[in-house]
Amino acid sequence: MNEYKETLSRRNEIMKASVGIDYDKYEYGNIAFDYEGLFSDLGYTIKQIRDIQLQYGVGATPLKELRNITELSRKFSNPGYGARIFIKDEALNDSGSFKARRASIACYQAKQLGFVGVVVATSGNYGAAVASQAAKHGLKCIVIQECYDSNGIGQPEIIEKARACEAYGAEVIQLSVGPELFFMTLKILEETNYFNASLYSPYGILGIETLGVELIEDCLKLTGILPHSVICTNAGGGNLTGTARGIKAVTDEDVKIIGASVNLKGLHMASDFDFNRKSFTTGHTGFGIPFMTNPDRSDVPRSAARPLRYIDRYVTVNQGEVFYMTEALVALEGIERGPAGNVSLAAAFSLAQELPEDEIIIVQETEYTGAGKHHQAQLSFARQMGIEIKFGDPQTEIPGKSIILPKSSKMIKAINLDLDHIRKTLIRNLTSENITLTKVDIDFLVDETNSSPQFVINTLDELKRRYVWTE
Amino acid sequence: MIKKGTWVQIKSILLYADQRPNNIPEVTRQVPLNCWVKGRLIRDAEIGDTVIVLTVTGRFVSGTLEIAHPTYSHNYGDFVPELMHVRDIIICERDRL
Repeated sequence: MNEYKETLSRRNEIMKASVGIDYDKYEYGNIAFDYEGLFSDLGYTIKQIRDIQLQYGVGATPLKELRNITELSRKFSNPGYGARIFIKDEALNDSGSFKARRASIACYQAKQLGFVGVVVATSGNYGAAVASQAAKHGLKCIVIQECYDSNGIGQPEIIEKARACEAYGAEVIQLSVGPELFFMTLKILEETNYFNASLYSPYGILGIETLGVELIEDCLKLTGILPHSVICTNAGGGNLTGTARGIKAVTDEDVKIIGASVNLKGLHMASDFDFNRKSFTTGHTGFGIPFMTNPDRSDVPRSAARPLRYIDRYVTVNQGEVFYMTEALVALEGIERGPAGNVSLAAAFSLAQELPEDEIIIVQETEYTGAGKHHQAQLSFARQMGIEIKFGDPQTEIPGKSIILPKSSKMIKAINLDLDHIRKTLIRNLTSENITLTKVDIDFLVDETNSSPQFVINTLDELKRRYVWTE
Repeated sequence: MIKKGTWVQIKSILLYADQRPNNIPEVTRQVPLNCWVKGRLIRDAEIGDTVIVLTVTGRFVSGTLEIAHPTYSHNYGDFVPELMHVRDIIICERDRL
């Protein structure tokens, strides 16, 4: 067996040592596991998490009403329609994104458990977030990125994130394209015995629950009413999961949880060729759909990011629409923020038009912008890589070939994905023909899909899965 | 000659093409998995030599010496005229519709 296979075969023991969680004890039934137990055993209350975050430069970010963007949106709405759009300015966290919330708890826990360093595999803002928090705790930090294609051409946004990580004192290991990044992560964890600050551990989710709590509190304080909807840019699912859990911790009212991703249909995330032909390195369907339908494909045995348990609606927007709204945010509101965090803003601009003007939609994050990340840097890079950039109907955009900027703000349209289809795919992925499911497994699938026993049973019948069911 | 102690970037091959797993796209499987790391050179060397560096976390890593004093050159890209036009549309729709 070669080193690659040998290292992967030790995956579970490496994870157990590096996350400090024995995942085996949460398994029950044939496919189920105790999701809530994973959180409750950590013993953190939301108040404790808020206190930790405030101590380490995270949270209490302002919720801002985007009056001018709302006004523009109303120009394309029916009379009396056009909900008020608010944005939670998460770019103001230390390290410039909501990821600081996740990193704060992971690093705090690493310190409590006596680790001397943290390792994280990410090409996104989370690297800078972990590096920043590690600096505060005096922890060593290694960030492993997928950064370059095989010609050595780096995605400018990822290069900027490497710069930020190094500024915060981290060692950055940069790799060319490939899912074997996970193999490298295991190797480094084994070599260093550092803490695995996985985005998918319960620490990575607990840290975001405060975002959900804050935005409800902020909204009530500013307006006196609850938001109709909260829109979360969705990739690995942690952002949506944590935010929804936080919201549900403070209100029983029906606040709609909407996921939004950039449509990258047709591009393969492990393709050396496609890698530099996408203008979004996160917040896209290339992560959003696989992680929603198979959460445990992550770097821990059981992912705590399970968005299908919470999501009410899932929409996509196109790359050109997000760049357009990034420009609208700076032109109309005087707020310059990075493109990827504005995915949900583009969706909100469209979805607000469906709602009466006294309702509220909250866009729950922003991220910092700058060299490499900036929308001009991304559009310029896309052009260099041969992507056609033009004005037209954004719905005609072909990811990897074109970026279509809307000819008018009225052409920005969030497109619904079929959540029942996604639920069925999750059930297919979590079951197999060889396993007979019991009642506890079916109850687990009902929770996993936020559906009903009837829906799960019908799906199992369609998939020809075996099960024993008693009411 | 690059002096011992200089901050440098090295490159190594983590997996050769024939060591990569079968379940990845063909275009990716045809090329090696490369790895870049930065650290301080532990002995004098020339560009292209196989060297060992000490990273900021205290790891010794070997690879081919690629760059001395690596820096960042990412920027705001070339001027994109379409972005200026986007702004014109937004302002025009705000003021005239």
